[in-house]
Amino acid sequence: MGRAAKIVHQIGWYWGSLMGDNHYRRYVDHRRRIHPGEPVISEREYWRMRHDATESNPNPRCC
Amino acid sequence: MATPTATPSDRVEETEGDITYIRTDKDLPPVAIIDRSPITTRHKIVFGVIALLGAIAWAIIAFFRGETVNAVWFVIAAICTYVIGFRFYARLIEMKIVRPRDDNATPAELFENATDYMPTDRRVLYGHHFAAIAGAGPLVGPVLAMQMGYLPGTIWIIIGAVVAGCVQDYLVLAISVRRRGRSLGQMARDELGAIGGAAAIIGVLVIMVILLAVLALVVVGALAESPWGVFSIAMTIPIALFMGVYLRFLRPGRVSEVSLIGVVLLLLAVISGGWVAETSWGADWFTLSKVVLSWCIIIYGFAASVLPVWLLLAPRDYLSTFMKVGTIALLAIGILLARPIMEAPAISQFATKGTGPVFAGSLFPFLFITIACGALSGFHALISSGTTPKLLEKESQMRLIGYGGMLTESFVAIMALITAAIINQHLYFVMNAPAGQTGATAQTAADYVNKLGLSGAPITAGEITDAAQSVGEKSIVSRTGGAPTLAFGMSEVLHQVFGGTSLKAFWYHFAIMFEALFILTTVDAGTRVARFMLSDGLGNLGGPMKKLQNPSWRVGAWICSVIVVAAWGGILLMGVTDPLGGINTLFPLFGIANQLLAAIALTVVTVVVVKRGLVKWAWIPALPLFWDLIVTLTASWQKIFSADPKVGYWKQHSICQAAQQAGKLCLTAKSPADVDKIVRNTFIQGTLSIIFASLVVIVFIAGTMVVLKSIRGTGRPLAEDEPVPSRIFAPSGLIPTKTEREVQKQWDALPKSSTRSVGTGVH
Repeated sequence: MGRAAKIVHQIGWYWGSLMGDNHYRRYVDHRRRIHPGEPVISEREYWRMRHDATESNPNPRCC
Repeated sequence: MATPTATPSDRVEETEGDITYIRTDKDLPPVAIIDRSPITTRHKIVFGVIALLGAIAWAIIAFFRGETVNAVWFVIAAICTYVIGFRFYARLIEMKIVRPRDDNATPAELFENATDYMPTDRRVLYGHHFAAIAGAGPLVGPVLAMQMGYLPGTIWIIIGAVVAGCVQDYLVLAISVRRRGRSLGQMARDELGAIGGAAAIIGVLVIMVILLAVLALVVVGALAESPWGVFSIAMTIPIALFMGVYLRFLRPGRVSEVSLIGVVLLLLAVISGGWVAETSWGADWFTLSKVVLSWCIIIYGFAASVLPVWLLLAPRDYLSTFMKVGTIALLAIGILLARPIMEAPAISQFATKGTGPVFAGSLFPFLFITIACGALSGFHALISSGTTPKLLEKESQMRLIGYGGMLTESFVAIMALITAAIINQHLYFVMNAPAGQTGATAQTAADYVNKLGLSGAPITAGEITDAAQSVGEKSIVSRTGGAPTLAFGMSEVLHQVFGGTSLKAFWYHFAIMFEALFILTTVDAGTRVARFMLSDGLGNLGGPMKKLQNPSWRVGAWICSVIVVAAWGGILLMGVTDPLGGINTLFPLFGIANQLLAAIALTVVTVVVVKRGLVKWAWIPALPLFWDLIVTLTASWQKIFSADPKVGYWKQHSICQAAQQAGKLCLTAKSPADVDKIVRNTFIQGTLSIIFASLVVIVFIAGTMVVLKSIRGTGRPLAEDEPVPSRIFAPSGLIPTKTEREVQKQWDALPKSSTRSVGTGVH
């Protein structure tokens, strides 16, 4: 990988982690590591679960 | 969730020169590095140069007279001071108080579930933390504080952040991490006992209500009678709904993609707002009075609190994060490229006289109250405890995230101050003096500000109207609240760099839109948070109230939402119809509330520091605590007892009550109905001042008693949790050191199946 491509990749990774694009992939990695062999929920279900969790535990936003 | 217990650790320490490596498992690479290397000569020279440059910049800002101070000096003074503060003061706090233990697991590592608990790369978490703490507060406060001149505000924003705001954020984060991410209210109960804890929890709730009300008031001030602004903000709701549906049903997880679409739609909404406002139907539909707008925001706040998160709250949050990072970067680039010159005086006549029209009272204490979030914000304690600890990888990263995050917020405040200081001073007061004084027309406003004795040429009615037209508005007279002034200043800066005069109106409305977007995100998330605090608090009373703690009981959710929205909505409506001007009577209450919340947080922190036996270093949190108490209690005292009808709520109350009984008018009231309103409003504001101050005094006394007991050795033990050995590694600072990179290589060389956090590093 060239230097420029690496920087672009880094920025992409940063932005994706900040906004949430790669959160599902992270979750899949985590499940595979902790419970190998078990089925993992789909991306759609994962986001439902995330939003259901914020439903009762909202993130405060400051002033 | 099962609580992991501490396993017998195979802790191994190896020391090579100044560096100690700690392993918690003999088969794994080190999880922690303790670097005792002394500062190198190169670093000494670099920091020496930074300190010198900072000193020069400060000297120019403080002593250079003659109205040509360039904004770039403010940026240099700020950045140099931040670097020195971060490298030396934050490091001192780290070594003496926080004493991070990277060989212990953080809550994120302990309870990792890859959703809400997850060790997250420090740079990403820094972004998350900043997006959560930054909002409209640091943008609005410094604009209003410009009434006193630029110098006092600049000093407090920069120095206050280094010794107060950052210290609070950092230390609250540190104690919460050692308590599995417990919230400020819970920690207050654990450390201060039942009474102090209860006062803290009630305090947090009431303070939250006033915060929401005043922030909503700022939006109303910015959007009233502005069809362009109302249209573009109204469009954010359908845009958010579209994004929500897109993420739920069409392409789940494509957050950046949908945010990008959202931002493009938002820009279109801002552009088309200009066309809509010019049509007769557009002007008809979207020209809303302050009262109607308030009702719209109240209904919106309630809807956001009871609607599903995925539909409205989550997508708006994405949009807001995107805009926050983007716009702040844009403004910084704009200021550095345009290099504007200060129009405001260093210290204005209102600093000592206390007769300023924007907010009443003299420099001490009201400047500190008004700036609020940019230098010290109690609200941050709610984010530093709770959300951020659940994502933290390593204890040593708290300096970057807690202290560094607040430094960035302070920098945002400095930029807001610059944008307000470069505006023509006559125009500044035209926009920020209440309508009761400017008379609300260009001619009366010009007459009014020309009598204020400001420096520079007097302004004419024509110039005021031209200024309004240049940003696509009919009038800019008495557009109070700070947001329109900031937007005006931003359009001054940005049009010079991007797009020229033809884009000035676009930049103005773009700025209004993004401020309103931030505030509405705070309002909807805040209403929800307050709703849960309320149901939790009521549930603790037991009996039939217990049912409220069940989050799936919809009736309970609706009842609590109604109570919360009614509370802040009532204050909002009171503010918009206030004959005394609304924002200038309520903003001090907002500032006092926020600073008192900081006093609660700093009390909890100081108590913990003393309980840990670090009495010698307790001055670090005690210094900002005492300063904050002096400022806020003086301000509360003046608001309650001052005999000056411009400052004291009860004085205003008694004057108008006498007038009411005599059937006469009082202060700026124009009708008997106004007199009645003033009597009612001042009663509510005065009562709230008393409640806030009393709650904080109770918390402070409870804290002092715990501290005294602890010094005598009879106190309750610390509520810290048992540490569990960590099994992951991560660098501490923004840029990894050579040693950290070497250790990281050892971890990267391990097979993928071994213990390694998934939330970190590039995949």
